[in-house]
Amino acid sequence: MNWVELVELAESVVARQQVCRLRLLVCCGTPCMAAGAEAVVVALKEKLAELGDPADLELVSTGCQGPCSRGPLLTVQRPGQPELIWQKTTPELALAIVEAALQQEPLPEQDRLPEDWPFFTRQTRLVLANSGRIDPESLEQYIGLGGYDSLAQVLIDMAPDEVCSGVVRSGLRGRGGGGYPTGLKWQLVHKENGPRKFVVANGDEGDPGAYMDRSLMESDPHRILEGMAIAGYAVGAEQGYIYVRGEYPLAAQRLRNAIKDAEKAGLLGSRVLDSSFSFRIDIRIGAGAFVCGEETALLASIMGKRGQPRIRPPYPAEAGLWDCPTLINNVETFGNIPSIFKIGPEAFSAIGHGKSRGTKVFALCGEVVNNGLIEVPMGISLREIVFDIGGGLANGAAFKAAQTGGPSGGCISAGQLDTPVDYENLQALGSIMGSGGLIVMGQQSCMVDVARFFMEFCLDESCGKCVPCRTGTVEIYRLLSRICNGSATNRDLQHLEQLCRMMKDTSLCGLGAAAPNPVLSTLRWFRHEYEAHVEERRCPAGVCSMHELPVHLLGEQLLQRIAASRSDGEGF
Amino acid sequence: MAAITLTINNELIGARQGQTILDVARERGIDIPTLCHLEGLEEVGGCRLCLVELQGSPRPVPACVTKAAEGMEITTHSDKLVEYRKMLVELLLAERTHTCSICVQNGNCELQTLAAKLGIDHVRFDYLHQQLPMDASRERFALDHNRCVLCLRCVRVCDAVEGAHTWDVRGRGSTSRIVADLDRPWGGSTSCTDCGKCVQLCPTGALFRKGATVGEMIKERGFLNRILERRRLAAQRRSA
Repeated sequence: MNWVELVELAESVVARQQVCRLRLLVCCGTPCMAAGAEAVVVALKEKLAELGDPADLELVSTGCQGPCSRGPLLTVQRPGQPELIWQKTTPELALAIVEAALQQEPLPEQDRLPEDWPFFTRQTRLVLANSGRIDPESLEQYIGLGGYDSLAQVLIDMAPDEVCSGVVRSGLRGRGGGGYPTGLKWQLVHKENGPRKFVVANGDEGDPGAYMDRSLMESDPHRILEGMAIAGYAVGAEQGYIYVRGEYPLAAQRLRNAIKDAEKAGLLGSRVLDSSFSFRIDIRIGAGAFVCGEETALLASIMGKRGQPRIRPPYPAEAGLWDCPTLINNVETFGNIPSIFKIGPEAFSAIGHGKSRGTKVFALCGEVVNNGLIEVPMGISLREIVFDIGGGLANGAAFKAAQTGGPSGGCISAGQLDTPVDYENLQALGSIMGSGGLIVMGQQSCMVDVARFFMEFCLDESCGKCVPCRTGTVEIYRLLSRICNGSATNRDLQHLEQLCRMMKDTSLCGLGAAAPNPVLSTLRWFRHEYEAHVEERRCPAGVCSMHELPVHLLGEQLLQRIAASRSDGEGF
Repeated sequence: MAAITLTINNELIGARQGQTILDVARERGIDIPTLCHLEGLEEVGGCRLCLVELQGSPRPVPACVTKAAEGMEITTHSDKLVEYRKMLVELLLAERTHTCSICVQNGNCELQTLAAKLGIDHVRFDYLHQQLPMDASRERFALDHNRCVLCLRCVRVCDAVEGAHTWDVRGRGSTSRIVADLDRPWGGSTSCTDCGKCVQLCPTGALFRKGATVGEMIKERGFLNRILERRRLAAQRRSA
């Protein structure tokens, strides 16, 4: 395929879609499937078969449409009319909608989401532009929405260093959490000399409560491939790897299919789009280690070694896979690339706030009304995310904290709700942007317990290479457990802080260095809760059992029991 | 080799390009504690005891792998670093069951020496008291997991010097264990050559010679550099 054929194919897909008098998009993301999307698809398929499968009716099984707690979702598109979305769709409701649409009657209002629903209107969708609007298994539909056009444009119009500087100008920063300027990284790899170079996409998303990368890989796999191919051209690599978390078989399968389709169409493989550029992509599946999300551990894992981080420098840009210069970015970062070249780097950098440009995908979950996957411009306040998009807390409960960045991040308290969300601000608050998990908590969450939960996660996932992380996580967990069961003393609290600071400074990789963040940030914003546990032996949220006595109180209790037994006249 | 100048503890020091901070410091008699480091073996950087403060770096850097560079300003013994080192050794002591009074290596143990040098008189953290097994199935040597600090010297020397790669690591985090072959008793290992290199390099009494009793195990480490030096000379002769 060359550019002309690509454009022609896109036009024919659009023309075909425009004559459709009714397009039904059923969300087949994992949460919607769990809620019964398959039955809806089957019912609609039967209905269309009954009607003789007319060419002007189209049923599409899409990836994630966003408001995951409200599935199954059904989007209805009709020419010249606003797009309408139904939540909690049953087969009966879906059939009623089709019936009404075909008869040109008003559509049922039951369970329809309002058109001006802030969940959708407050979002800016660049990375998720196609998610929920195309069938992830269909290359044609991706091309119909302008897919691979950025790649074609880059290959034909731009030199590799121009591509790198385009990414620099866009202001894009790593979406895996670190926030390193993506363009600079590309330039570093571009400048390296080497017989071979590699491009690696990190899809080893492991934070509890985060599923942005899974959704992106499952809903729009070609976007990642296109971003990687552009990166390959820019840095001079001919081979790419996508490292997919082992727990995401569907994502791996969809990516595999996408690679096959793209290779068949000449959009990947040798001589991409009839140019002199060749680029192959292979999938590597993780084996269930969180630490493999750390770049050096991930590269070791791809090379078939034990997934353990190594000391940097040398950075992967100098010596990565098999000591060759390697560009490694998060899949969401690659997902941004086609958008940057579609709307232009300047337009992209016009979105955002401060040094953080563009948008960020968050997995909004916890006690918020509208759970789901959202994409918002950088600089939006946490209040807007939680209360406008998220619809506030369930049952009108009061907001207590938001946890960002998973086990490497921290908790942000209600007082900081108006801070614009960007890399620097979150770091100043003791949290991190992270990969984009955002867990909202109400008053019935105990912050010590939350910190303990994340520390348990880190102690499970520590690789064991360096001492502070291997043993420090265990000791911190034990100290937090003591605080939670009521047997801690002020000395324990002091040791906890010492240990957290030491771990932050001395750990070998990011996992260990960031593991104390949940503890340090809760100590910073919710210190009174720790003190209530230690000094008053009381859990303000009523979560912790507080069933054990601290050692220094044991004697007192013993004396009381002796005194009580004497007054009874009985022997002890 | 180009000469460079750097500052260690407010003292200007000359060094050769390519030397690590640790090399430079040791040449000048500055004692930076180490545990996983052993001259002649590939660095791991896992024990974190050799961390030093480097001007301009937000976090301390490991001296064993950081190359000395022109103009570096390094502090090796700030209050913070000494405190961190103490905590790290305390963590090691708390992790497994290091009971010196019944250890073959008592008096010749690197961990014990480190603790004594750092003035550790008690451990502030909980002892984890892991009840780990002991592998005495090999004829001449034995492995006591309770004394292992996971420095990986045995893994490295077996792989890089002996070329047998008998030792490796199983599990992760605090459940990591040294294993022989693919996690079988050491006695059943077919790759082990009984050379005893791992035993001699083990910093604690985790790997020891059978028959040694409390305080009797004295390890001889000079062989490593002798072997490596002869290999280097042999390689030189071959290429000449």
